[in-house]
Amino acid sequence: MDLRVRTLESLLVEKGYVDPAALDRLIETYETKIGPRNGARVVAKAWVDAKFRAWLLEDASAAIASLGFTGRQGEHLIALENTPRVHNMVVCTLCSCYPWPVLGLPPVWYKSAPYRSRAVIDPRGVLREFGVTLPEDVEVRVWDSTAEVRYLVLPQRPAGTGGWSEDRLADLVTRDSMIGTGLALDP
Amino acid sequence: MNGVHDMGGLQSFGPVRPEPNEPPFHAPWEKRALALTLAMGATGSWNIDQSRAARESLPPGKYLTSSYYKIWIEGLTKLMLERGFITPAELASGRMQSPPAKVARILRAADVSIALARGSPTVRETTGAPRFKTGYNIRTSNWNPATHTRLPRYCRDKPGVIEKVHGCHVFADADAQGDPRPEWLYSVRFEARDLWGEHTTASAVYVDLWEPYLQGG
Repeated sequence: MDLRVRTLESLLVEKGYVDPAALDRLIETYETKIGPRNGARVVAKAWVDAKFRAWLLEDASAAIASLGFTGRQGEHLIALENTPRVHNMVVCTLCSCYPWPVLGLPPVWYKSAPYRSRAVIDPRGVLREFGVTLPEDVEVRVWDSTAEVRYLVLPQRPAGTGGWSEDRLADLVTRDSMIGTGLALDP
Repeated sequence: MNGVHDMGGLQSFGPVRPEPNEPPFHAPWEKRALALTLAMGATGSWNIDQSRAARESLPPGKYLTSSYYKIWIEGLTKLMLERGFITPAELASGRMQSPPAKVARILRAADVSIALARGSPTVRETTGAPRFKTGYNIRTSNWNPATHTRLPRYCRDKPGVIEKVHGCHVFADADAQGDPRPEWLYSVRFEARDLWGEHTTASAVYVDLWEPYLQGG
């Protein structure tokens, strides 16, 4: 694939369709600027700031934009709150839709056939493969991203973190906890 | 199109394999594949639904055995060949042999941040009203177009309840045919047992569906 993609790139550059400097800038953006640290900041703020949390659950696009995270593959965002009674998990069964501005590019497993196929029929089985077992009485809701709405899971705040700063809390927020295939880390 | 990309409910692919500390890319070419796909998309020569249609209409064997960035490159190549942006001979040699096609715009490095931050919102203003409201019972259509659709097979001809009205959004099925008309978009809740019978560990599955897919329950 390496040679094939290099050949294609040099052809597209020669034909004037793409600017090589723009390609470098795109890569740099997703390697260094846009990733799950963004989503972790959203979650940590929601854990400490009740007003922000209410806004996030009411209008996630606006609340998240207020922190500077907007744009491609996150134009229309919804936050899903995990509670002791309800666990939300997000998938795209048809392709790889994922909330880029808050989580960055999707991991390989998220785009893979095993996850895309089983998340909607056997989410508890999938969760076990992530080392997560939920109590039987928890309602498991799976969200299939079939349109241009993107979903961010707001995981439960771990016990024993009272009085923690947003920065410290953000370190407990894993990418998987914001997809719903994991939980936030215990302190 | 009823294709292998529509995977919801299949059980034969084995376990999910999470990768600890996964890097954003696994090979240098994946970075270029991402950037080329985004930069060519930014020329405005096709829309996102046409990109998805190109990927999901790859031969099933190729689709199932390719990594996702490889699928992107296959889809991108197909779109450019179909539209005459490149020729098979150029693809083989890597050298320009015919004049370039006209494109609406070329993404420059200085515009990348702004373009990414703006994205491509799909919500549209409308004077009409949605047919359904939150809490309404609906039934999805038995819907099998040979062209692009975003109604997965597992939730066709099934009862559901409107969870939320998202607004009026560009309708993927029409957009893939070059018609960017909007339709009302809903979040629909399906009880997992209505989809899968007793063989499920889900409680409910929520799917975003446009009004043309839905009938009154």
